[in-house]
Amino acid sequence: MQFEGEHLLPGRIGHFFVLLAFVASIISTIAYFIAARKTDLVEKRSWLNFARIAFTTQLVSAVIIFIAIFYICANHYFEYMYAYKHASKELEPKYLLACIWEGQEGSFLLWAIWHSILGIFIIFRSKEWEAPVMTVISLAQFFLLMMLLGFYVGDVRLGSNPFTLTRNEITGPIFSQPNYLTFIKDGVGLNVLLRNYWMVIHPPVLFLGFAATIIPFAYAYAGIQTKRFGDWVTPALPWALFSACVLGVGIMMGGKWAYESLSFGGYWAWDPVENASLVPWMILIAGLHTMVIFKATGHSLKASYLFAFLSFIFILYSTFLTRTGVLGDTSVHAFTDAGKAINIMILLFVAAFTLPALGLLISNLKKIPTIQKEETTNSREFWMFIGSLVFFLAAIFIIAKTSVPVYNKILGTKIAQPEDVEFSYNKVIVLVAIIIGLLSAVTQYFKYKKTEPGSILKKLAVPTVIAAIITVLLAVFYPLTYYKMGAGFLGAVYVALFATIYAVIANGMYIWTGLNGKLKAAGGSVAHLGFALMIAGILISSSNKNIISSSSANGINLQISGKDPLTKQTDNPLENLTLIRDVPATMGPYEVTYLRDSFGNEKGRRFYELLFQRKEAGTKKVLEQFTLWPDVYIMKDNNMSSNPDTKTYLTKDVFTFISYAINNDVPEDTTQFSIKEMAEGDTAFYSNGIIILNSVVKNPVNEKYNFKPTDAALMADLTLISKDSLHYKAMPLIQVDGMGVNQVDDTVYAQNMYVKFAGVTDGRKVKIGIKESDKLIQYVTLKAYVFPYINLVWLGLIIMALGLIMSAVKRAKLSTFYAALALLLGAAGLFYMFLFAN
Amino acid sequence: MKKTHIIILVSIAALIVTLIVFSAGDFSTYESISSAQKKQGKYVHLIAKLDKTMPVEYDAVNNPNYLSFYAVDSLGGKTKVIFHNSKPTDLEKSERIVMKGSMKGDHFECKDILLKCPSKYKDDKKELEKTVTDQQNSTN
Repeated sequence: MQFEGEHLLPGRIGHFFVLLAFVASIISTIAYFIAARKTDLVEKRSWLNFARIAFTTQLVSAVIIFIAIFYICANHYFEYMYAYKHASKELEPKYLLACIWEGQEGSFLLWAIWHSILGIFIIFRSKEWEAPVMTVISLAQFFLLMMLLGFYVGDVRLGSNPFTLTRNEITGPIFSQPNYLTFIKDGVGLNVLLRNYWMVIHPPVLFLGFAATIIPFAYAYAGIQTKRFGDWVTPALPWALFSACVLGVGIMMGGKWAYESLSFGGYWAWDPVENASLVPWMILIAGLHTMVIFKATGHSLKASYLFAFLSFIFILYSTFLTRTGVLGDTSVHAFTDAGKAINIMILLFVAAFTLPALGLLISNLKKIPTIQKEETTNSREFWMFIGSLVFFLAAIFIIAKTSVPVYNKILGTKIAQPEDVEFSYNKVIVLVAIIIGLLSAVTQYFKYKKTEPGSILKKLAVPTVIAAIITVLLAVFYPLTYYKMGAGFLGAVYVALFATIYAVIANGMYIWTGLNGKLKAAGGSVAHLGFALMIAGILISSSNKNIISSSSANGINLQISGKDPLTKQTDNPLENLTLIRDVPATMGPYEVTYLRDSFGNEKGRRFYELLFQRKEAGTKKVLEQFTLWPDVYIMKDNNMSSNPDTKTYLTKDVFTFISYAINNDVPEDTTQFSIKEMAEGDTAFYSNGIIILNSVVKNPVNEKYNFKPTDAALMADLTLISKDSLHYKAMPLIQVDGMGVNQVDDTVYAQNMYVKFAGVTDGRKVKIGIKESDKLIQYVTLKAYVFPYINLVWLGLIIMALGLIMSAVKRAKLSTFYAALALLLGAAGLFYMFLFAN
Repeated sequence: MKKTHIIILVSIAALIVTLIVFSAGDFSTYESISSAQKKQGKYVHLIAKLDKTMPVEYDAVNNPNYLSFYAVDSLGGKTKVIFHNSKPTDLEKSERIVMKGSMKGDHFECKDILLKCPSKYKDDKKELEKTVTDQQNSTN
């Protein structure tokens, strides 16, 4: 059958380049593999050239594939499955990139493109290391591109091709008609949860981080393959620093995203997806410390190998965890069980890197040079190694816990995560934070090889005292209030707070006392300072996070769970509060009023205007006020997706999101107005109180109306006094003009009441219509938190990233110009993304 | 034996001990409704479906922190569920509900709910087919 209106050319081009890229990746893997083994220089050169051509072909093809997908999505060619699934016409253009990496295929492609670009840098810069390093990168390309093949072996489809046609993928009666495309009005589109600034920039950064971890891995492989067991560390170190920087930033971007646009109420939840990217980063950090030790002293080479291998292996393992659906019921993230074939392919990908790497390491373990004389406990390398080890073990702890669903799959057990998942991590990690904080404060003051203990104590005395003073001052004037988990945990949090403050002060001072202010060499200190500041920010903001919408603050007290061991107060998990329109409610220090709601530009998006006012206790004078506009997408079938809004202060954030909203369009209302005849000063009853007619005003000029003396308008000035003796004003109006009689009704939402000026009687009385209806109630249910000092978290992250860039440019021996450029761009980008965007 | 070796061994031992001591009583289990009913008060995970023949009770104006509904599992077990939180809006649409909490007498006191909804699974072909068919019907 000939189908009408299809655009098949971009798909054919795209698919051709998928095949070409795949073949080119095989060729470049083989050619680089052979080149690495040739000793004859002429032969080696010709294999290298061949491999480079293949690799470049593969890069160009990958870029063309990307452009083809972009073109298809941008033009809404819904005959393609990818466009149908991920794009839609109402989608704003800025989300076009996001809908490419929403899909499995698009994100593998993104990853492959980053590998290719990094590969080009390796080709230009790595000289004699090119062949073995590029062998590894090309092999990874082979696996990533295989995911895009959509190639049938028997009945099994290998990978999924992003250019498949909708009519071939899904069955429906419409596909039997040649003009089926005219029925497909729109695509399914980007998941509304993902329509967000962060969805545009977070995946590219995270995948660059993923892609960069392959380089230390590849260098470690090159070290063993060339039998130059120690030489790889020097060229690999700047890459390890680069990748630690990008991956770290990518992970925290995910945190910031979760914090400000998803309604989890925080930036970190120990969700399996978060853990899966955190663990490789932690191992990478451990690895770059052991690499620094090796460069300075010759110790820790075996550990460097292990960590370099494991960080990429855990990247692959995390891909396995998050893409195969094995996590199933344990994560809030929506996973797709993409089918058996792709699961097996990802497993193969993991195995193809894990087994040879660890096999090579074990079989060459004896040949890797080690220093027989061991480190003294007075040396910097000793404590650095301990720190790396603790970091590594913490990573293993996290991944071991995260992998519970995998054990269940293998062993058929039914273990589930504990009741309080976050606490089960926090109670261990807080101990790690203490050790790491103390070590990163103290270790730099040691010298490599051997240090005189006396000089260290002298230099450390000042930062120790300062940190202790700051901690005590904090404890007195700004105590942590995390009583929920008992005194022991709170104590541990305080110790961790001291350790991180100590690390901030000690590293800051070390730049002057240890390095004499030489900022070029201070990358390590700056990164440690930033990391410690970030952890301090996490400790403070999480401990003192305050749920101001909790019902216990509002007089409704429902007894549910147990008592707090410290405060002896009932722990109240009731965190939602319903606001009825125009009725102020107290939330923490604020009086909050839901004023109105309005529609956004996008279909189904609705904004709620919430007025926050902080008033002086006695006089009720408004000290400060601001408005927040949290919004929801209300989709078909009453599905809802919520976007928070945040008021940011320097020292705290007030954060709120809608937890429940229904369609607020006032439905057909059959209740009739009941008419009361009243003279000025008369009183009438309604179900919940009395109504007083204060006066009838002719041509009123007030906050609501503005009439000229020549108009013919009458307004009833009414006061409602409810049973709980609250007063409300209502001002219905009647007006006569050239068009006829015009009535302006008033509404008292708090009393579910419509008020109408129905007319005038003969005896100078006015007719007031009253309608009470519970259909009138407009309300919205929300949660609100105060996060104190959360900016420390983002500031700490930025400082850490800049420190890592400083170290990387120093280790890569970049010229001052490029170093300054890298720092400047990094700083501008980070400050913009984390503190100013939105 | 070198000092580093001792340290490595000690820390690995410490890690294992930490894991066991800290986490032994910590982990929960997946249960069916009937097996959970036998373990009153024990914190478990249930995988079930919303019983659409029974009413879902939620009134945000009176109490935004009270939701009750009935759940059935694949083995035919049935229980009332009480969740002291806001109602997840796609509850009615969900295909599967993972509930964490414990049995308290006649009902399941739920602490956390995770919904699996067909709309989130874009790769679900049936859902896409339904969407396509809907679009055609709305055109005709």
